[in-house]
Amino acid sequence: MVLGLIALAMGAWGLAAPVAAEEAKPPKPAATPVAPAKPSDSAKPSDPAKPSDPAKSPAAPATGGQATSATLVPAPAKAPTAPTGGQATSATLIPPARIALAATVHYAADIAPILDRYGCNAVQCHGAATGKGGLRLSLFGAYSDEDYAAITREAAGRRINRVEPARSLLVVKATGGEGHTGGKRIEPGSPEAARLTAWIAEGASWRDDKAPRLVSIKVAPETLTLRKGESGNVTVKAAWSDGHEKDVTADARYQVSEPGLAEVVAGKVQARECGETAVVVSYLRRAAVLRVAVPQTLPGPFPAAAGATKIDELVLAHLKELGIPPSGPCTDEEFVRRVHLDVIGLLPTPEETRAFLADKDGGKRAKLVDRLLARDEFADCWALKWGDLLRIKSEYPINLWPNAVQAYYHWVREGLVRNKPYNQFATELLTATGSNFTEPPANYARAIPKRDPQTLAEATALVFMGARIGCARCHAHPTEDWTLDDDLGLAAFFAKVQYKNTQQWKEEVVWLNPDATFRHPRTRQTIAPKLLGGPVVEVGRDEDPRRKFAAWLTAPDNPWFARAIVNRIWFWLLGRGIVHEPDDMRPTNPPTNPELLAYLERELVGHGYDLKHIYRLILNSQTYQRSSKTDPLNVRDVAHFSHYPVRRIEAEALLDAIGQVTETTEEFSSRIPEPYTRMPKGFRAEQLPDGSIGTPFLELFGRPPRDTPYEEDRCDLATMRQALHMVNSSHLEGKVAGSARLQRLLKSEKSDAEIIEEIYLAALARAPTDAERTKVLEYVGKDKKARAQAVQDVLWAVLNTKEFLCNH
Amino acid sequence: MIDIPGRAVTPAGALRRRDFLRVGASSLLGLTLADWLRLEARGEVREAKAKSVIQLWMNGGPPHTDTFDPKPAAGDDYAGPFKKALPTNVPGIQVGELLPLLAQQADKYSILRGMTHPSNGHETATYIMQTGTLPSGDLVYPAVGAVVAYKREEAGYKGVLPPYITVTSPLGRFSEAGFLGSQYQPFATGGDPNAKDFRVGGLVPAQGVTAERLQERRSLLQAIDSFARGMDKDGQFQAMDAFQQKAYSLILGDAKKAFDLAEEKDDLRDRYGRTPFGQSCLLARRLVAAGVPFVTVHSGGWDTHKQHFERMREMLPVLDKGMAALLADLAATGLLESTIVVWGGEFGRTPKIQLDPPWNGGRDHFSTAFSCVVAGGGFKGGQVVGATDTRGEKVKERPVYPWDLSGSLYQLLGIDPHGRLPHPHGCVAYVTPVAGGDVASGGLLTEIM
Repeated sequence: MVLGLIALAMGAWGLAAPVAAEEAKPPKPAATPVAPAKPSDSAKPSDPAKPSDPAKSPAAPATGGQATSATLVPAPAKAPTAPTGGQATSATLIPPARIALAATVHYAADIAPILDRYGCNAVQCHGAATGKGGLRLSLFGAYSDEDYAAITREAAGRRINRVEPARSLLVVKATGGEGHTGGKRIEPGSPEAARLTAWIAEGASWRDDKAPRLVSIKVAPETLTLRKGESGNVTVKAAWSDGHEKDVTADARYQVSEPGLAEVVAGKVQARECGETAVVVSYLRRAAVLRVAVPQTLPGPFPAAAGATKIDELVLAHLKELGIPPSGPCTDEEFVRRVHLDVIGLLPTPEETRAFLADKDGGKRAKLVDRLLARDEFADCWALKWGDLLRIKSEYPINLWPNAVQAYYHWVREGLVRNKPYNQFATELLTATGSNFTEPPANYARAIPKRDPQTLAEATALVFMGARIGCARCHAHPTEDWTLDDDLGLAAFFAKVQYKNTQQWKEEVVWLNPDATFRHPRTRQTIAPKLLGGPVVEVGRDEDPRRKFAAWLTAPDNPWFARAIVNRIWFWLLGRGIVHEPDDMRPTNPPTNPELLAYLERELVGHGYDLKHIYRLILNSQTYQRSSKTDPLNVRDVAHFSHYPVRRIEAEALLDAIGQVTETTEEFSSRIPEPYTRMPKGFRAEQLPDGSIGTPFLELFGRPPRDTPYEEDRCDLATMRQALHMVNSSHLEGKVAGSARLQRLLKSEKSDAEIIEEIYLAALARAPTDAERTKVLEYVGKDKKARAQAVQDVLWAVLNTKEFLCNH
Repeated sequence: MIDIPGRAVTPAGALRRRDFLRVGASSLLGLTLADWLRLEARGEVREAKAKSVIQLWMNGGPPHTDTFDPKPAAGDDYAGPFKKALPTNVPGIQVGELLPLLAQQADKYSILRGMTHPSNGHETATYIMQTGTLPSGDLVYPAVGAVVAYKREEAGYKGVLPPYITVTSPLGRFSEAGFLGSQYQPFATGGDPNAKDFRVGGLVPAQGVTAERLQERRSLLQAIDSFARGMDKDGQFQAMDAFQQKAYSLILGDAKKAFDLAEEKDDLRDRYGRTPFGQSCLLARRLVAAGVPFVTVHSGGWDTHKQHFERMREMLPVLDKGMAALLADLAATGLLESTIVVWGGEFGRTPKIQLDPPWNGGRDHFSTAFSCVVAGGGFKGGQVVGATDTRGEKVKERPVYPWDLSGSLYQLLGIDPHGRLPHPHGCVAYVTPVAGGDVASGGLLTEIM
């Protein structure tokens, strides 16, 4: 009786009155832990019984998770809705005709795309961590069952009005009425508004359970080549599990990776500029990639360049397709400096430069590459790079501790000296256990800001797969169909990793607890290890799940491992990855030159994961050896390697270079923890083992703090304080005034011209041009008595030229 | 315009990671420019009261029960030798007995006695207090000073002086700029402002280089720096040139006079105290008068595990003199209304004295309850916010979390505490964690704003 009254009352208010039982029952709101099916409309066969509300909350509250934490206060207090199950009494308020109709419009298939397309669940609006105006939708529409519950059941169900559907708050606000801060999203008379109204009129159905699931979407054509200013059309077809297809071109969402290049509206592509861009087409959490190529019209034929190596063939083919002519080869002077900096992080000495320039051997470049790859400094230079990736840092927030850092760094460096195969390197790191002091690779599991399996798994994915699975921790990945379950499934591989201390100060042992399991942070259900985009993996009690993961990762057919590292090496040497950024590899971020990437991948796997082989291939290619000078036809190219990109030299190499030219040394120290650490005299910045040891110069010039493994943490952009430092710091002045090289040169019998030539050779690996020589000689010769000072000024000036500061 | 995650790449391949992709086309996500502007407008904060912040940072953790939350009646093993509490010029408020000068300025500042956060480790606690956030696994947040510098630059900061300055050395516990990038590191003056030959490295021509020589070098450089002339396609080189010009104007111009303490009268300098801390406070005031938005005075040595009371007898009078002079000076020059002064460290110290060896009369780290002091810039003075129990060991009423404090600072500075920072990977980062997640919060310090 009371229930009847309530239902009656609710019916009168147009609240979420339960309707006839024929209708598909919606899943209950977020409170219950397990629900019938996976949230998104497309079923994933691999995970049958997953919890339906994967996670509003990421890890334990200790994360403090600010970055869009979908950690949320539980949904606002719901009005006690009458128990569903169709109380017949309320049905009397609804015209019988409605009950008899089977619903044709369903939330999951028809309404969710509208909310997605019109930005309702964008992060500025209802997708924000705390929602807006009391309505919170899941970001990217990833958890549509929760969205459905929010719309139909929350706020006492007043968002939809089943009696007068057109007056539902949902419809009214979306069409711009009733004080909707977001304004008018949908035109009042549009098909979308009609669809919303019809959906509510039919009883706001969740999903047609009998309906087939969306399997994939396809965009046709996959590559569109247009002239600048032209437009073309693509169609997007969605395929369902029962075989039928539907054209969803108008409903899909299009995201252009280079927005200035093209615009896409409902399948119509308008090309604005020359170049190439990827367009991510998404619909209901399925994505496809469209490439739009807008070739340049060349005034003449594409230069007939003979590709020297396979890399060059592939790069040139791509450039030809886009009408971007390559620049010519770099000069020997440019080459000798460039390759020294890139491979060993040092400038060539004047003697080395002279010898190389004078060498008449046609194969001298290749021989130089071989010599450099064999040098000790190669290991220094690349151990530094790996130190950045592996976050070898003794202090906050990594807290490895100095002794462990030393052990770890030397282990990494040794591996480089002995050219350890990459798959072995990765496996050793992933599966190590033991003391942080005596088993250096065990530090891999310690070099993370938070000691939990999720963070370890995310760091692993980032470093070895180049995948940002960590995005899925708080919300589903924006474009990929990665959800929290994928993130947790990967974390489960590291569930058994635990830490314990010993009696020795700051010693920590990484060990495996066979009984430890990984539990869902919110539901506390045990999670089984599951590979990304792959199956659940069975792991016995006494087995190390990390071994299974490492085996999968380093298998020759693994699509991530080799690809990620060859792309990274390409990025390190050429300033931009074939996939960019190198730690954002995913299907919706395609390589600009897939054939090139595939070739390098095959080469690595085929040569036993020998990284030096890849270095050699790249360094010996014309592509690497192109000049950095551009012409108007290729000046705007950043992604297709038509010329060598000029970049400012990295902080460590720059400091060392300044030290080399001036023949001075630097003091490196760490002020924490006590007692302070000081590196021995003569130490170079490239040799620094610990992210916490350094000098202010390094930080100033963009040395990464090693708090995270992202490549972009190293910042090579110019800043005001860098300019101040180079112009006027006592640091630089001390090096110039105290330069051993200058003192030597001044004491010797050398002429002004010879001294200047020496300075240029040391700093720029070339002799001064005639114009430069004249100007500088004039400057030095002005005042014979102040010769020393003038020469210092010349040295200072050369060190401040952009040519010195950049790798070109 | 809408921000969607993406990779904005400058042509040289160098990353401008802190730019979101900006899409003008409304078709993409259905929000027109007008809509977006309207949304933005809703987040607008009322106009700013404060223009600058002087942060007096007590590195190591200053004792709250010996300074601004005295508990003279707590007993010998809590109060130690400091058994008196001084009345101040605000009835009802008392401060520790070694702060007589500050006691006379109590109408200018308010004491936050309910500060609390969960970490007793130096680095973590420094991070928490400086950034106003809890450590997260993914990102290292920028300190409040870096955020202010960033927001000011976004708003068009035209000053020649760097917007975030530390007197005299950076904290060193973590990277203050966080994910905003190294250009938001504080500019550290170095040196000792109390020394006769105090010079700020980088601003004053280096030893042995006169201004004339600097100019000569400049023309020589211009003559030979021809490399970029053929190829500046991405603005990197233009930026380098622009910064170089700016550097010269800083070195050769008048702006750097803000660092010259010799311009101040001797008796004023005496009033601040001829100590590094005292003169640093004076320098901070000069910088703020020159328009610098955020200055940190870094005072070290507060980690008094041993010989606590001896050190307090040395350090508290220095603090007292400098800070009181600063407040009085700011008030006298009319800067107090637009300058926030915030005093504190990464935590407090244990109310219970550690008498056993090896401490033998020291205080350990204590983050459960401690005190901070705020003044000026829109904060009302002469009040106490929050209270601890009779011993100063637990917050009894009105807790103040680090993000409550930083949020209040932002609010007064005209920065929306629920606003966003440029997440390096295109995700969303909020200025304080209150906006984005479930953290306990005592709320902004509306009692004194």
